[in-house]
Amino acid sequence: MLNAVTYVLIGIGLFFNLMAGIGLLRFPDVYTRLHAGTKCTTFGSIFLVGAVVLQAMAGWISGGWAAEESTLALRGVIAVAAILLTNPAGAHALARAAHRSGVKPARAIVDDLEEADVRD
Amino acid sequence: MNWMPAVIFLCVCVAIALIRVAVGPTVPDRAVGLDTINTIIVSAMVLLGAAFGEPLYIDIAIVYALLSFVTTLFIARYIERGRF
Repeated sequence: MLNAVTYVLIGIGLFFNLMAGIGLLRFPDVYTRLHAGTKCTTFGSIFLVGAVVLQAMAGWISGGWAAEESTLALRGVIAVAAILLTNPAGAHALARAAHRSGVKPARAIVDDLEEADVRD
Repeated sequence: MNWMPAVIFLCVCVAIALIRVAVGPTVPDRAVGLDTINTIIVSAMVLLGAAFGEPLYIDIAIVYALLSFVTTLFIARYIERGRF
């Protein structure tokens, strides 16, 4: 039962990471590629690290208080917290830099953000 | 638990993202590909830590995630201003 749940979590995580790669290849411009590459990998990483933490928690519960798996579970939680904190901020910085360096969205006609920047 | 097929699959995802880094028409495209590769590698390191039963690998993953965030911020700053 526990192994089945873990395999399902790994499957969801791998599916979203593959979608990130395919979206990175197929989308037309920088902003849509950021959309695919950042959000899909963040979501997939939550499930992949969640599978590791679930398996380690099971070992922790069955192995007593000072089991080896306790460090694995706690560090997994810290790793996913680091990903969740840093990934959206990095994507935002990249999108802002791309827009200010003059990269236009594909097939865009009106750019409201540029007009707002000029007005300031 | 058998973690290694998942790690190999993540390596395939990194290869797909590397195509975008090599092809990418503009500089921000390549930076986006690099950012994606960094996140995939962090989750692959966590899976490797579970596969070999080494909590040290997950420590390396945490430090790699934070350092790749700083790298992304510096690349974005360079793209925005043309200098550091």
